[in-house]
Amino acid sequence: MIGAAGYTLFMLVLVAASVIEGSMPIFSFEGIGFFFGTDWNPVEGREAYGALPYVVGTLVSSAIAMAIGVPISLGIAVFISEISPPRFGTPIGFIIEILAAIPSIIYGLWALFVFRFWIVDFIERPLYEAFGGTIPLFARTPFGLDIFTAGIVLAIMIIPIISSISREILKAIPNSQREAAYSLGATRWETVWKVLFPYAKAGLLGAAILGLGRAVGETMLVTMVIGNAVGANAIPDTLFSPSQTLSSIIANEFNEAVTVFHSSALIALGAVLFILTMGINVGARLLVSRMVKVTPGAKE
Amino acid sequence: MSWMSSEEYANTTSYKLSLLSDTKRRGYKVSVKNLNSWFGSKQALKDINFDVKENTVTALIGPSGCGKTTLIRCLNRMNEMTSSATVKGSVYLDDIDIYASNVDPVIIKRRMGMVFQKPNPFPTMSIYDNVAAGLKLNGIRNKALIREIVEESLKGAVLWDEVKDELGKPGLSLSGGQQQRLCIARALAMQPEVLLMDEPTSALDPIASAKIEELMNELRKELTVIIVTHNMQQAARVSDYTAFMYLGELVEYGPTKQIFENPQKELTERYISGKFG
Repeated sequence: MIGAAGYTLFMLVLVAASVIEGSMPIFSFEGIGFFFGTDWNPVEGREAYGALPYVVGTLVSSAIAMAIGVPISLGIAVFISEISPPRFGTPIGFIIEILAAIPSIIYGLWALFVFRFWIVDFIERPLYEAFGGTIPLFARTPFGLDIFTAGIVLAIMIIPIISSISREILKAIPNSQREAAYSLGATRWETVWKVLFPYAKAGLLGAAILGLGRAVGETMLVTMVIGNAVGANAIPDTLFSPSQTLSSIIANEFNEAVTVFHSSALIALGAVLFILTMGINVGARLLVSRMVKVTPGAKE
Repeated sequence: MSWMSSEEYANTTSYKLSLLSDTKRRGYKVSVKNLNSWFGSKQALKDINFDVKENTVTALIGPSGCGKTTLIRCLNRMNEMTSSATVKGSVYLDDIDIYASNVDPVIIKRRMGMVFQKPNPFPTMSIYDNVAAGLKLNGIRNKALIREIVEESLKGAVLWDEVKDELGKPGLSLSGGQQQRLCIARALAMQPEVLLMDEPTSALDPIASAKIEELMNELRKELTVIIVTHNMQQAARVSDYTAFMYLGELVEYGPTKQIFENPQKELTERYISGKFG
């Protein structure tokens, strides 16, 4: 047991140490400005590296994924566990488990060759034609390889994960809570909103954070559809702009990173991603533990 | 009646009276008529018939598995929560058949409160919010009114003196007996006409049980109480009428005194005297 604990700690220290060591050259070259810089130029003699666009790309694409994915996932979970009779709910739950196990590159392939055209035809172009002239958010001719597509496909990828965990969490709520609500004349909707969600909020939040963790770190799928802009261009000025995330630029460039600064810059992006995901995790844990904190003297 | 339009006819007293079932006319609050219930293919209730008078306490007794909990859950359509359950027959609340297709079960549950075997306060809510929960669900926004009803209900459940200084504490911080009285207060806040109690003291210690039994005596003045209990002494102490059930059938129903002192059926007599069950 001490061995196992030692191993996990050892791996954490090892990863952290090599990431920090690997990113040292770029920090001595760019200094703290690496975090805020927007340029990205690997040409020797004109080198400039800044992480900001990719941090923005990561956060925006994940935010789109969460905004779309979380409500749909909760809807699916509520439908399966509260509304549909078991003979529908059980097979739907099973299908969702299968969807959750599909490797992300398959979602990526499908998105690249099929789905992005649908997004352009049915969502992006209508939005552009309707609001492109008035709302800056939509003011760009859509091609389908952009941050909006990436966000939607990420949402499709995380929906099975969030909804299957949320379903388990809703199933774990004792029936006595539902009965209490119904006995007060609550409708099914009111029971879900005012009794079940509050009861399970810590667990549901945990499910959403798990999905966020997947979205933030997802690499291949994003690389295939986000448009892979570089430098200041990767900061999306509209929903339909190509962008780049921390993990997708690493995946795009690790093969060509032959100079010290270039490879060090990519490792430093890895460090930023590491800090970002760790921050999300720790933040989520704090939030969850604050929510479930029980008043002294309380008992189940 | 050619001299009257159908609209006028619908407003006549005689027409309205004809809509009343005989439940109300005979002075009963709840009437159960030919009630059958199944779980899957297993029949849990067999042709149950009985009437409950207003402002009385009626006890349902019988050995485990006799269907008394199923019966009480059929009385406010709570049984429908169980997905395999089916119900046939009628239950009248005043003049309404609660199983009629045009009756909204939500309304029925508002008129017939329920208290469960295990106390089930809402864990994320304070004592105050637990009691106010039903009112808020029903769209009452007037804070002063809610406050008044919460106090009244907690007094009605004989919990007010114990919690009046800590209404903001979580409902789960109370003891088991207090939690059960909190659930009673929560049901009372809806101002139900009938209160259904499913073994409300089975999870409680004797002192807490005694408090709830006392409470039932008070409740009878305001509403009609139907209680399931596996404790015969409790039935004898608190109820005016007793129904003895066995294997899904209602064996005998009558005034409590008669059931306990002079039962008409041999089966009842054997159960009351502790020969089985």
